Amino acid sequence: MRGYKILIVDDELSVRRSLQEWFLEDGFEVEIAESGEEALEKMHRGPYDIILLDIKMPGMDGITLQRRIKEIDPQAIIIIMTAYASVETAVEAIKLGAFDYVTKPFDPDELSNLVRNALKQKDLTEENLQLKETISELTSHQNIIGESPEMQRVFELVNTVSATDSTVLIRGESGTGKELIARAIHFNSKRRYFPIVAVNCGAIPENLLESELFGHEKGAFTGAQYRRKGKIALSDRGTLFLDEIGDISPKMQIDLLRVLENKRVTPLGGNKEIEVDFRLICATNRNLEKLVEEEKFREDLYYRINVFTIFLPPLRERRGDILPLARYFIKKFARAMGKPVKKISPQAEELLLSYSWPGNVRELENAIERAMVVGKKRELSVEDLPFYFDKRPNMIGKKMALADIEKQHIERVLAETEGNITRAARLLGIDRVTLYNKLKKYGIQR
Amino acid sequence: MNRKIYLALINHPKDFLWPNLANDLKKCVSLPFEPINISMDLELYFSRERGQYYSTLILANLLKFLPQDGEKIVGITDVDIYIPILTFLFGEAQLNGKGALVSTFRLRNEFYGLPTDYQIYYERLKKEILHELGHTFGLIHCRDFECVMNSSTYVEDIDLKHSRFCSICRKKLELYHKK
Repeated sequence: MRGYKILIVDDELSVRRSLQEWFLEDGFEVEIAESGEEALEKMHRGPYDIILLDIKMPGMDGITLQRRIKEIDPQAIIIIMTAYASVETAVEAIKLGAFDYVTKPFDPDELSNLVRNALKQKDLTEENLQLKETISELTSHQNIIGESPEMQRVFELVNTVSATDSTVLIRGESGTGKELIARAIHFNSKRRYFPIVAVNCGAIPENLLESELFGHEKGAFTGAQYRRKGKIALSDRGTLFLDEIGDISPKMQIDLLRVLENKRVTPLGGNKEIEVDFRLICATNRNLEKLVEEEKFREDLYYRINVFTIFLPPLRERRGDILPLARYFIKKFARAMGKPVKKISPQAEELLLSYSWPGNVRELENAIERAMVVGKKRELSVEDLPFYFDKRPNMIGKKMALADIEKQHIERVLAETEGNITRAARLLGIDRVTLYNKLKKYGIQR
Repeated sequence: MNRKIYLALINHPKDFLWPNLANDLKKCVSLPFEPINISMDLELYFSRERGQYYSTLILANLLKFLPQDGEKIVGITDVDIYIPILTFLFGEAQLNGKGALVSTFRLRNEFYGLPTDYQIYYERLKKEILHELGHTFGLIHCRDFECVMNSSTYVEDIDLKHSRFCSICRKKLELYHKK
């Protein structure tokens, strides 16, 4: 028990002395106070690990003193000492935040156990606080790179909405970092110590999405050998992040709307509703208004999710972020690959700045990763950057619709990968489902 | 250390059958023990409400019996002792002080409804004397459950530990003597 500091507050000298002796023999640092006023004075001078407090004292009584101590040190662990007659008051003290109470006179064992448990509790609380601080540090949106005024505005919005429990809709092209923003909102909110559960609605076939979201009972369908909790139930007290919300089927839209209205889910094959408390964040790169107009997306669901919207600008609209992002990725991959690459040549910088980045930040990240793999020097040069930079004319300034540029780029990458969708999607910095959608949209044959 | 440690038998404790206690303790730790008999009016320290004797006051009075050539005095009494905050005590000592008190009342098997066993009783007494004496030398409770300085709440805890100091506590004792 060496090193722990204890304060004994009792108006009876014999009690103070007895306890002091007892705790000194146990290796505690002990201080004593004979009144509430003296105790408060000592509290101002330094923190104590444990405060043993007599409930009945002339002048300031134990309950008032406890309240005042908690004002000075909210983490203070207080053990109330009471005579038989005042057990009810001791219970009252516990309701007000005392750790426990002990009735005088007590067994030596009782006191030792109480103090041991209190210290264990104190250590755990402190450890918990440290862990929470570490989590906050690791998950703060300082990790999202964005020096441009556009991204600064996004960060402001993240800060504003994090303090609330509002539903958030994040909109932006593929690869702009919608999930990162969702995570930043979650980890800055009061729900940060509970999970954020992400579901990519566009990547999961419709029939599986239902059981993925709502869970299922054993035997609910062929292959349901076990009971499984759905993602919605898993996000209880935390955040549910539904990515590609614009891609869900009309039936799923109805089911989801019901859950959002009632905050209750019924697993497939089950008949019992589960109450779930979650914050919803959705993301999409689709034009939801157009989908509503075309009656492909329910209007009521649209209004339900479109409470607070954050638009993530594409990388080509915030060119000021290209180089800081590139430098960040170089640092990240240099560490991961153990390569001494530290900077980019001015020509390579120019090349990065001149490109339109249809795959946004994800594409930039992939380009840098690829360059780092092939690069042999300490400086990333034009030769290290993906070959398509060399072979292609600079498209900026030419009168081409963005869609045309995107189409051409996809065709080129597909040709390069000999029609391999997985590789092409990776090079483009988008997921396979998005690539399939784009192939369909532009009528590109593999 | 040349000065003696006096073992003060207060009012001839009941069933005290060990004239060689001082020699036996000397075998446990190399300290010069010396037994003496003293008389004290313990009724002055009796609490009618609790049916026990106030240990701290007995200890305070005991110090008056410390002879000139004495370094420490350990009183041995057969009455049940207490301090206001605790229900009972096996012994009390002044941390870094001159005096300690040990009660045999709860060391005897009969107190727990068990058959008399003088051997166990004697072992417990030796351990309690060494424990309280250790406190007067500035030793605090030790985590080594076999060390005599390990804290004992119940008599079973006393039985578990040995009648000797662990190497760390012994070292501290040596340092104390050097000072």
